[in-house]
Amino acid sequence: MKVLVTVKEVAEVEDDFEIEGTEIGPQYLNYDLNEWDDYAVEEGVQVGENVDDAEVVAVTIGPERSEETIRMALAKGADRAVRVWDEALEDVDLLDVGAKVRLLEAVVEEEDPDLVLSGVQAGDDAFGATGVALADAIDFEWAAVVNHLGLDVDEGVAHVHRELEGGVDEVTDVETPAVLTIQTGINEPRYASLRGIRQAQSKEIAPKDLSDLGLSAEDIESDLRLTDMYEPETESDATYFEGGPEETAGQLADLLRDTGVAE
Amino acid sequence: MTDVLAVAEHRRGDLRDVSFEVITAGRELADEAGGDLHLAVVGGDVDGFAERLNREGVDRIHTVDEGEEFNHDVYAQALTQLCDEVDAGYVLTPNSVNGLDYAPAVSNALGLPIVTDVIELDAGGDGLVATREMYGSKVETTTELDADRAVITVRGAEWPPTEGSGDAEVSAFDADIDESAVRSTVTGFQEAGGGDVDISEADVLVSVGRGIEEEENIGLVRDLANALDATLSASRPIVDNDWLPKNRQVGQSGKVVTPDVYIAIGISGAVQHVAGMKGSDTIVAINTDPNAPIFDLADYGIVDDLFDVMPALIEEFE
Repeated sequence: MKVLVTVKEVAEVEDDFEIEGTEIGPQYLNYDLNEWDDYAVEEGVQVGENVDDAEVVAVTIGPERSEETIRMALAKGADRAVRVWDEALEDVDLLDVGAKVRLLEAVVEEEDPDLVLSGVQAGDDAFGATGVALADAIDFEWAAVVNHLGLDVDEGVAHVHRELEGGVDEVTDVETPAVLTIQTGINEPRYASLRGIRQAQSKEIAPKDLSDLGLSAEDIESDLRLTDMYEPETESDATYFEGGPEETAGQLADLLRDTGVAE
Repeated sequence: MTDVLAVAEHRRGDLRDVSFEVITAGRELADEAGGDLHLAVVGGDVDGFAERLNREGVDRIHTVDEGEEFNHDVYAQALTQLCDEVDAGYVLTPNSVNGLDYAPAVSNALGLPIVTDVIELDAGGDGLVATREMYGSKVETTTELDADRAVITVRGAEWPPTEGSGDAEVSAFDADIDESAVRSTVTGFQEAGGGDVDISEADVLVSVGRGIEEEENIGLVRDLANALDATLSASRPIVDNDWLPKNRQVGQSGKVVTPDVYIAIGISGAVQHVAGMKGSDTIVAINTDPNAPIFDLADYGIVDDLFDVMPALIEEFE
């Protein structure tokens, strides 16, 4: 049993920031493991703990900087990692879903996993489409937005809940091999232990460039081009309470009394 | 001239509102691209659905009578075939949980680019320009498509629903479904949450978000709720962390609430949260970030650290 978990290092933006062209100024960005992927890693590690002879492999598309993030996945229990990067990727400002799928498809061909877990979406570009498009490309079954997973390895079935809108779960049986996109809240992601962090130092992160994967620069050509980035217009017509905490709290308390919420 | 194929959505016998929104978005796109608007409805009571979907601006409705509920394998196969059949340039679907369960597969099967969660579309120029958000609504971006065909998923509530009745030609599309490729089965539905409290019934909600930082700080918000005799609710991250149960969650995947007063504490106001509380009569927001989208909605705002404001506020009512 092999579980492949796709992870992405994403930038979180500080409250105050400036836009330079079609990018946010690098000084306003803090890099971290994508929130959804943290849950996908945990789910993969739990599958690994519950199934005999399971191997959990983390794969990322990212520059050398992202090794720090992928090592976090290793510290939490993934057995080894693959990092896809190439000089040709450095100039791409928006890697579209198709290009990501072609890269991951090549990794899947090499790794031959039984289960692929990805986060529902990435916190930066938020396409939310790579997992399902990948499933179609590698002819795996799939389920999007999974918030519960019960894996029956012998039967080859993943019993999943898909989190629909309005507080309703769809209960679905998915044949494996499958790609599942993992929703936040499915589990409680562990913190890396000191021992885990130490062990992660000696785990393999295999670098792969385009030629390693049998791909060429053509395969990462994106059909989408980012042409503008701007701060959304704020439409706030709120009445702001001004002053120190005591003053603002006092004004809000008056409002709540006036509207009959409080006495 | 490019035709548009929009896709309706239904669940447990009812059409979802987004179906009428994709008609609006689809008509606009078809007008700009100089083509027809086709609308597909797959599964369930397709004839009944087609009647209700026959609204202004729809040129043709295609019914695919396969199964009762949503199945992504059936949707992906049927829509891929239908798109070829009608030679549509743009496939337009809701950016819903189910939309994201088949649209990427359709894009891969057709070899088309996909652009998701779009809030604005412009096909009036040379190609297609899509507006979308990035970094959790902190910025908006325009994305140009270097292709003349694409799969596009549109965000809910960004386009108004089409109301007027139409005179579309309705026809059944006989999709050739490969059953051996249908490898998932929906076995049922489950209402998440439940329990002792129904937050959608509350007159006053004190709602807590990520800004509360730690589980032990929830007590601060609980104290305010108690002091105001209000009901405690939360945004998604609080429920994901198990700090409050699922029946307290406000938003797209939780409950839709419409209280007299909604007090948002440390909630940034992501679109999924706003979908669940924008109908509140009076909205009060307390947040450190003056640019937090919650202030676009708020009637009253305090831009300050909640850990300074909350104790002072609780004291007011003691």
